[in-house]
Amino acid sequence: MHEAETGLPRLGVLGAGHVGPVIARLAIRAGYPVAIAGAGDPADLSLITELLVPGAQPRWATDAVADADVVVLAIPLHRFLTVDPAALQGKLVIDAMNYWPSGDGVLSDFADTAAGSSEIVAARLARSAVVKTLNHIGYHELEDNARPAGTPDRRAAGIAGDDAAAVRGVAGIIDRIGYDPVLLGNLSAGRVLQPGGPVFGAVLTAPEFEQAIRAAKPAGDLPSGATLPAVGARPGARSGQGG
Amino acid sequence: MAVRPPANGSGADPQAQFPLVLGLDTFGDRNADSDGKPVSHAQTIRNVVEQGVLAEQVGVDFFGIGEHHTGYFPMPAGDVALAAIAARTTRIRLGSAVTVLSSDDPVRVFQRYSTLNAISGGRAEVILGRGSSIESFPLFGFDLAEYEQLFEEKAALFAELLKGEPVTWQGSTRAPLHDQDVVPHLESGPFPAWVGVGGSPQSVIRAARLGFGLTLAIIGGRPARFALFSELYQQALAKFGRPPMAVAVHSPGHVAATDEQAHEEFWPRWRDTIALVAEERGFAIPDEKQFRWDTGPEGSLYVGSPETVARKIAANLRALGASRFDLKFGMPGLTQQSVLTSIELYGQQVMPRVHELVR
Repeated sequence: MHEAETGLPRLGVLGAGHVGPVIARLAIRAGYPVAIAGAGDPADLSLITELLVPGAQPRWATDAVADADVVVLAIPLHRFLTVDPAALQGKLVIDAMNYWPSGDGVLSDFADTAAGSSEIVAARLARSAVVKTLNHIGYHELEDNARPAGTPDRRAAGIAGDDAAAVRGVAGIIDRIGYDPVLLGNLSAGRVLQPGGPVFGAVLTAPEFEQAIRAAKPAGDLPSGATLPAVGARPGARSGQGG
Repeated sequence: MAVRPPANGSGADPQAQFPLVLGLDTFGDRNADSDGKPVSHAQTIRNVVEQGVLAEQVGVDFFGIGEHHTGYFPMPAGDVALAAIAARTTRIRLGSAVTVLSSDDPVRVFQRYSTLNAISGGRAEVILGRGSSIESFPLFGFDLAEYEQLFEEKAALFAELLKGEPVTWQGSTRAPLHDQDVVPHLESGPFPAWVGVGGSPQSVIRAARLGFGLTLAIIGGRPARFALFSELYQQALAKFGRPPMAVAVHSPGHVAATDEQAHEEFWPRWRDTIALVAEERGFAIPDEKQFRWDTGPEGSLYVGSPETVARKIAANLRALGASRFDLKFGMPGLTQQSVLTSIELYGQQVMPRVHELVR
């Protein structure tokens, strides 16, 4: 473990499928201490972490969460419904999940509402600070498109959350792992990041990203509570990238 | 295939001991006629049979048919088409690419492919998939939320069935079996079975644990990122006390006389097909700039002249520690003529060139 050396928050990544290991690898490379957990015994994850996420600690989900400053949800949404909200109490939670009826089946919690999936997630995790990001980037290009701050054509990642401090914290992480953070406003504004939205799966720089959201959202179309991002509303580039 | 020294020690290329295998896969892509009008589902299926027969004539090693249930891939019963191809061929290996095992019955899958194995004189294979193409779940009454458990249980049962002995099994996804003799019996040991993996490391571990071959289905992004999966697979095999096994790559593509012609034929059909999938899944439709990257040296589409496609196959086999490549040819909306030409070029020009390049 190297949190003492880095002073960076500890990440607990829930999910060892398509997405979790890729986020974990980016975070390790950026210097974060990372624990990763699948559905079961961490011993089953040892080979995966040794080879795919060297430096990450495979742990039971409850332990990974308990010791984390930031929890990354990278599990199928139907499995999220089985997660005990009390375990995530007081945590900053990054919601990288999507509601995907064609992949997950129809989940009534998410289908029978106009609210975005992260708003439902946040309602279940009432005592956590939920921030939506990374969900709109394909797992197959999450790593390939990561670039140090200041790289021309660096790809953007949208960020939405109701807790301003949490959003700032996540923006720092996003910047550090390789993406230009674009702050969208509160969680309901994060609906534009969902499947079917203007930026889902699209490879866009920050100005292109903001433009795509504007173009797709005539005023009458805005979800209630959504605020359009101010151009340039992203934190300055950090020093000490990568590693 | 050039004879290469066997692997010795952990540093050696574990794939060097396996023969180079170059195959073709189809999803039963619905053809168009020369006016661009879609042909019938029935004609599409008859076309696939002709494609398989041609593939043998031009020397292709394997012909696979992937299970799909849509109007543009009307191919839910690929094993029936494979049986027709088997009756008209003598050498080419025939298999699924993939069978959506999660929404099927492992006993029935075994029976169908054991039957194909009988008809073809031992040329059957099966590639099992958890199901990224998921139309079969609602169709057959399975809950998508359970696809992981469905696949885990059914893959384990399939591994038992392949041993060819009476099976005793109990689980939650089908009726229990008690000392059940499942027919038709295998004539000469189990036929090859692979697991198609699209990016989940846990699926790689499972393939190793159950002793299945690994097929990396790479349809986007940089193929090289799968190199670690290939290594993970070999290490997992070792951990489970199994010998090294072959790794295969499956990716889409199209071969024509020139790069320009291949692009011209393939791009509009690729765009239209991806648009249908994009609409279902909610992602952005790729533009031509993205397509050019995908078909370039770094991307995962094999579209171009025989030389372009051969170079890319050889480079990625090397990068991925793989000994087998299956090109998913065709695309809904291509004419049968252009598909047959692509097959001919693949067998007569791409394959010999790949052999040269990897030797």
